[in-house]
Amino acid sequence: MSTHEAQAALSEGYNFAYLDEQTKRMIRRALLKAVAVPGHQVPFASREMPLPYGWGTGGLQVTSAIIGASDTLKVIDQGSDETTNAVNIRRFFARTAGVATTTRTADASIVQTRHRIPETPLTDAQIIVYQVPMPEPLYRLEPRVTECRKLHALADYGLINVKYYEDIVQHGSIATTYDYPVLVNDRYLMAPSPIPKFDNPKMHMSPALQLFGAGRERRIYAIPPYTKVKSLDFEDHPFSVQKWEHACALCGSRESFLDEMIVDDEGTRMFVCSDSDYCHSRRDDKEKEAAQ
Amino acid sequence: MNALLKASGLTKRYDGRGGCVDVDLDVYPGEVLCIVGESGSGKTTLLNALAIRTGVDSGALAYRTREGDTLDLLALNEPQKRLLSRTEWGFVHQNARDGLRRNVSAGANIGEPLMAIGARHYGRLRETASDWMTRVELDAARIDELPSAFSGGMQQRLQIARNLVTGPRLVFMDEPTAGLDVSVQARLLDLLRTLTSKLHLAAVIVTHDIGVARLLAHRLMVMKDGRVVESGLTDQVLDDPQHPYTQTLVASVLPV
Repeated sequence: MSTHEAQAALSEGYNFAYLDEQTKRMIRRALLKAVAVPGHQVPFASREMPLPYGWGTGGLQVTSAIIGASDTLKVIDQGSDETTNAVNIRRFFARTAGVATTTRTADASIVQTRHRIPETPLTDAQIIVYQVPMPEPLYRLEPRVTECRKLHALADYGLINVKYYEDIVQHGSIATTYDYPVLVNDRYLMAPSPIPKFDNPKMHMSPALQLFGAGRERRIYAIPPYTKVKSLDFEDHPFSVQKWEHACALCGSRESFLDEMIVDDEGTRMFVCSDSDYCHSRRDDKEKEAAQ
Repeated sequence: MNALLKASGLTKRYDGRGGCVDVDLDVYPGEVLCIVGESGSGKTTLLNALAIRTGVDSGALAYRTREGDTLDLLALNEPQKRLLSRTEWGFVHQNARDGLRRNVSAGANIGEPLMAIGARHYGRLRETASDWMTRVELDAARIDELPSAFSGGMQQRLQIARNLVTGPRLVFMDEPTAGLDVSVQARLLDLLRTLTSKLHLAAVIVTHDIGVARLLAHRLMVMKDGRVVESGLTDQVLDDPQHPYTQTLVASVLPV
């Protein structure tokens, strides 16, 4: 989108990046506190956004508070740049902030994501913003909010292992495969948002700043760069990530998170990378090599 | 010998009514103390106050830890309270459903207190859980069943296992046999008697059933209207009751 068009949008009465400056300051204050206490949920006055709860209102507000005119934004949903949620949020910021957008992970300064962390390792020049539906990792185990707060305050996290014990009893292994709770900086238990547990190790000691926004639940939390992030487990049933027997049918990667797709009425299956940018760039690289 | 738990002048009232008033008591290591009295006499309030599950209006409460330190229980902060109640104490509720986690298996219920104090080895947790199921006379093969699959008496035994698994020195029990039929009660009482003597466990048991008290207790306290009206050795109190209320209580046991 051209600068001219962006300014046209701004002149329609919207502030830069949609939210007014006071709101952005309020969110930034919450973000600063969240970064200072890694993994701790900080309440904030979540605003109504022009999209429904569950579509990324939390992530949207965090991005809005931190984005500047010179930023380059990438938005992914389930690893893809082309899904409705990703396309709309990307266009939202292109219109209201006039920022450059990209689908290439390496070119982005801010990555807003839902359900995945990009396969391409993030750098210390990047910020990743997660959209979070349920920030409370103890939600299914302890229904009382007051008691949850107490458990966090006392770092009393034995309940998670009760759940894992029950998983092993019923399924033979820890059956949590996404939103797998992590202990941040050896202190706070944190819901990593519904990313597959495959992505959990990427959060550990990541050079990028990781911010989490939950719009409906009105919570912000963060992992500062180079922070310990440990996935909880049992000594004799250690945490492990998903593995596939297949390679990506398009780019041949054996390292990435694969989606299983049914491609015809006969039930033919195809496994492809869920991170579309990673898959594209690998295929481009291969073509270049072949051309040479 | 030093008292394990020592209360003096313990008072907890609700809006100036009910509750318990000015209770003094000592519990010694390995001793079973029964508190008897009718409904509304303040037994359960007293038990909750002793186990610091409720605040008190006035009085003092001290506990001697394994290390021999004396703790002022009323001055403990929340993490200390939790640690104490997980490592040194147990609390058996009247209804097993209050003391058990209903949506996880028997094994997880027994393992939970251990996980709460840091056990992180599935295999060992499971071993301990099945060992404890055997010790409370439950079929260890049923370790993966939900509490609701067990009968009332079995649930109560499960709750007792869950409370004893951390090796406590003092167990509080609120009417552990109420609501169970007579034969089940008898087995449970037998089990409790065996366990307390084998583990050298001190217990404070609240009951309205004189029979339970006679079978289990070394010492007895009789409460009426929030006050202790009589206390002493079990046989002494039951065979030669002094207070008119105790006399009524003993006389009103139905002969079989």
